[in-house]
Amino acid sequence: MNDVLDTAWVLVALPLAGALLLLTWGKESDRFGHWIGTAASAASFVWGAVLFVALAGRDADDRSVTTTLFTWFDVGRVRVDMALTYDQLSALFVLLITGVGTLIHVYSIGYMADDPRRRRFFAFLNLFVAAMLTLVLAADYLVLFLGWEGVGLASYLLIGFWQHKPSAAAAAQKAFVMNRVGDLGMVIAIALMLAHLGTTDIARVATGVPALSDGVVTGLGLLLLLGACGKSAQVPLQAWLLDAMEGPTPVSALIHAATMVTAGVYLIVRSAAIYDASEAARLAVVAVGLVTLLAGAAIGCAKDDIKKALAGSTMSQIGYMTLAAGLGPAGYAFAIFHLVTHGFFKANMFLGAGSVMHGTGDDVDMRHYGALRTAMPVTFFTFAAGYLAIIGFPGLSGFWSKDKIIETAFGFNVWVGLGTLLGAGVTAFYMTRLMAMTFLGRKRWREGVHPHESPAVMTVPLVVLAALSVLGGVMLLGHWITDWLAPVVGEAHHEELPVPAIVLTLSVLVVVAAGVALAWATYGRREVAADAPTDREVGWWTRAARHELYGNAVNDALVVRPTGQLVRGVTAFDKHVVAGAVSGLAGLFRDASQGLGRLQTGFVRSYALVLFGGAAALAAALLAVTIA
Amino acid sequence: MNEIPAPVLEWDLIAPLMVLGAVAVVGVLLEAFVPRGPRFVVQASVAIGGVVAALGTTIWTATRTDVLDGDVLARGQVAAEGALSVDGPSLFTWGLLLVLALLSMLLFAERRLGGGLSAFTGRAADAPGSSGEAEATRHRLEHTEVFPLALFALLGMMLFAASTDLLMMFVALEVLSLPLYVLCGLARRRRLLSQEAALKYFLLGAFSSAFFLYGVALVYGYAGGFGLAEVADAVASRTQERPLLLAGVALLAVGLLFKVGAVPFHSWTPDVYQGAPTPVTAFMAAGTKAAAVVALARVLLVAFGGAEWDWQPAFWAVAALTMLVGAVGSIAQGDVKRMLAYSSIAHAGFILVGVVGATGGDGITSVSSALFYLTAYGVATIGAFAVVMLVRDASGESTDLDTWTGLGRRAPWLAGAFALFMLSFAGIPLTAGFIGKWGVFSAAWAGGLWPLVVLGVLVSAVAAFFYVRVVLTMFFDEPRPDGPLLAVPGAMTTVVVTVAAVATVALGVMPGPVLDLAQQAGAFVR
Repeated sequence: MNDVLDTAWVLVALPLAGALLLLTWGKESDRFGHWIGTAASAASFVWGAVLFVALAGRDADDRSVTTTLFTWFDVGRVRVDMALTYDQLSALFVLLITGVGTLIHVYSIGYMADDPRRRRFFAFLNLFVAAMLTLVLAADYLVLFLGWEGVGLASYLLIGFWQHKPSAAAAAQKAFVMNRVGDLGMVIAIALMLAHLGTTDIARVATGVPALSDGVVTGLGLLLLLGACGKSAQVPLQAWLLDAMEGPTPVSALIHAATMVTAGVYLIVRSAAIYDASEAARLAVVAVGLVTLLAGAAIGCAKDDIKKALAGSTMSQIGYMTLAAGLGPAGYAFAIFHLVTHGFFKANMFLGAGSVMHGTGDDVDMRHYGALRTAMPVTFFTFAAGYLAIIGFPGLSGFWSKDKIIETAFGFNVWVGLGTLLGAGVTAFYMTRLMAMTFLGRKRWREGVHPHESPAVMTVPLVVLAALSVLGGVMLLGHWITDWLAPVVGEAHHEELPVPAIVLTLSVLVVVAAGVALAWATYGRREVAADAPTDREVGWWTRAARHELYGNAVNDALVVRPTGQLVRGVTAFDKHVVAGAVSGLAGLFRDASQGLGRLQTGFVRSYALVLFGGAAALAAALLAVTIA
Repeated sequence: MNEIPAPVLEWDLIAPLMVLGAVAVVGVLLEAFVPRGPRFVVQASVAIGGVVAALGTTIWTATRTDVLDGDVLARGQVAAEGALSVDGPSLFTWGLLLVLALLSMLLFAERRLGGGLSAFTGRAADAPGSSGEAEATRHRLEHTEVFPLALFALLGMMLFAASTDLLMMFVALEVLSLPLYVLCGLARRRRLLSQEAALKYFLLGAFSSAFFLYGVALVYGYAGGFGLAEVADAVASRTQERPLLLAGVALLAVGLLFKVGAVPFHSWTPDVYQGAPTPVTAFMAAGTKAAAVVALARVLLVAFGGAEWDWQPAFWAVAALTMLVGAVGSIAQGDVKRMLAYSSIAHAGFILVGVVGATGGDGITSVSSALFYLTAYGVATIGAFAVVMLVRDASGESTDLDTWTGLGRRAPWLAGAFALFMLSFAGIPLTAGFIGKWGVFSAAWAGGLWPLVVLGVLVSAVAAFFYVRVVLTMFFDEPRPDGPLLAVPGAMTTVVVTVAAVATVALGVMPGPVLDLAQQAGAFVR
């Protein structure tokens, strides 16, 4: 069948070709390389839109098209096809990735204008887009893993893009290593699938799940969750995300806010069949989501670095999504809904932060900002749109998406619901704090810094993303998003709520208003010190949040130091015992060899004697064997 | 009057031998009649042409052999009144010997390296260092008899591998040995060493031949015949006088194991390999071993196959000792040619592991595994010695391993090829040596010799040590300022090194066709 939807591979091929072209073309492409990169991404978006329209024009039960491009490998019982599935879920992701991706490409043209390695930056961005599209289009867990590792590679390359900064190099390494831990979970999960089902095809795994024992299904769920934790910076593998802010800001916006870090949520939703079959795995997902939601929010409250505050917020918002995904069919669609709206408003705010940094000479400390609304009006208004969206101002995208998650959480369990409610309040607090410290109040600019608005190539993407942040909620109109996704993730059946939904919505608004008011009282009305109070001057809770709830210390104590000890031990063992044995053995052989050499006298008479002796021994041995 | 009936010869079956013998005789005539100027070129061309013709005839003969009915796969038939067996293993060995000889003849014919003169002395009768020698060099004399001599040796090897009669086998042994003794003494450089090697080889070879002959006599006394088939029948039917038989087996084995280079009959190997002209060493190391292994396997499996349980334990010990001594001995060697000599001893041990497994049946058999190993070992050996010919200093080849340090920096392709041969010797996957080792070990495993296989694998590790050490020396040490000159390789040597390297990789990556050929050769025909 010659179907337009069979051409989903074009989506991947375009940015991949862009990446290869930019990486292999010489210096002469420095002048226009960024346009190639942007065009590749934009073309992919246009094609994605065409396919989306084609998909929407079909019957609801005919909206999943799997295309096998070729057989990746075929060994014995295992056969893996390079196959892509274009369905409702991946279609949404394609639009998000290529759409936001293209805007960020455009923005980067201005942001990276002075960087001598801009062409390479665009090559990596294209590589990322191609890998991310592979991830969401994959019809097989192994193909998905290919994209999964591809985005990991792109993320590594881009976090460490300013490799001359040791902090950037270290952050890239940290992200890579921590992601490895999660990836191991995925690898084992894939191996489990192969062992028990003999396939890694997502659809066939889904149909094979009922035949598996509970233990295996739960194991699969937990292992995939481990993978999701690594990629999506969920507790306990969260520590890399804040360091990843060392990368250029467009990277933080695209990879570490809008798309890649949500891959974990995608994985869980895509593996719905596995989670539906295991309550224990779902519960673990909910627990991880809830803990991360609160931890991220707490970190966001204490950071003075605008990007790290936003990174904490990202952790927290992904926590919401993970939690929603853990709620089963009731939550999958809302997890994706929040994922998309978050993609809009968080990319918007990261790019806004980048614009602020661009205007203030790459300063990231919010204590050096203040009163930027007049100097950077476009940035201010667009950022304000993102701000209102994330705190859940009525009518804006974040309001709809977060409200639905909180509602579903209450339907699942009151305490989980209260946790999400508290999170909403804290979100309002830290975002208001960020807003107040950056754009309002008194000027605390450093000497010689003259904040100015960014060029149009940067502000236009901001305006577009701000519009999307405001309007993203339309996807919920007439339950469009839940109906659209229902064939993939299953029908949502409504849980009985402890109180009417409107009461919940109102209480969310009250909590959010309280958070805003508290932050305003602390940071808006009062003067913000240009120098941060030292650790001694703040309470233990601030200290803890500043130190990212001691995530690094925990990693250090639990993993790094024991591993270091182990390595030292192994090295010592290797040096003293193994190497000793080896060189001892080698010495033994050397001595034996020299002994043999001495037997080789060079005298033909002694050779003849050896020959004679050998003949006698051989004859004796033969006879001895027979007689015995 | 009684007429002596004329023997019936199957000319079509023994055509390769006839062609080669005829060309060798023509070579002798050429020596007498062709003037000195063009003689070298004519002799080399005739020898190479003769080998190619014999190779073509062998292939022609091989296509005409029929698969025999029976439990085990076998093809071909006994010919020449029961003296020769033109069977699968014989034909494979002939083909292998001819290919190896072809490569060796190219090395024999190489004249670019020694300033336009071959690797052989100008006038062997002159005392080393005498004025006569200087005069011979001044007149650019060359011994062109080396070509017919090598062809006779080759004929002997082919006969040796195909003999099904102990007397025939003895004749073949002498035909192959005598020309080699002479060839060993003909080096142009370091003539004293060369002559010493030749004399040692001759004395010890004669000594071992005597053992072989005594063994023949004892076995005749037991079986009442020389044919391997007759001996096999006697072994199967007679249960008395076992000691006579076993003493005969032991003495026969001495002569064969001497040619194989197995411990404790190996003492000659390092000295002779080092002293002989390098092309001769290459020819002898690759060819003699192939012929002797096949002959040994034929004697053990055909004639004494019925007494397997009696001789196997002693041969296990020989195989084990050979591997060990070869591998351990090479560690302390500082001379490349001596190192290669010990390495060839170790390889003899690995091949013996496969042979004494005495495995028949459907899988990889003792014979086919040995045949493949000989192929892998043969090409890598000739290639390695060809490289040795190219690394020279003012006094000829620079075989001191110390002078090879950093060779990889100065001649990456050449050192790369040598490294490849070393890795193949070590049995690293994707080289021919790996498949060879895998073959002999699995044949021995199938024969129930797992302790020998375990030992073999361990010894392989020891052996890998010094092969890898050579690679390290060449590539990871700084070149010495007084390092050897690298002779510009002549076309001949380049061809040999290239062919050997390509074959080593091809047999490692795609062993299928040759392995298949070795397996299709089937069992010995008696």
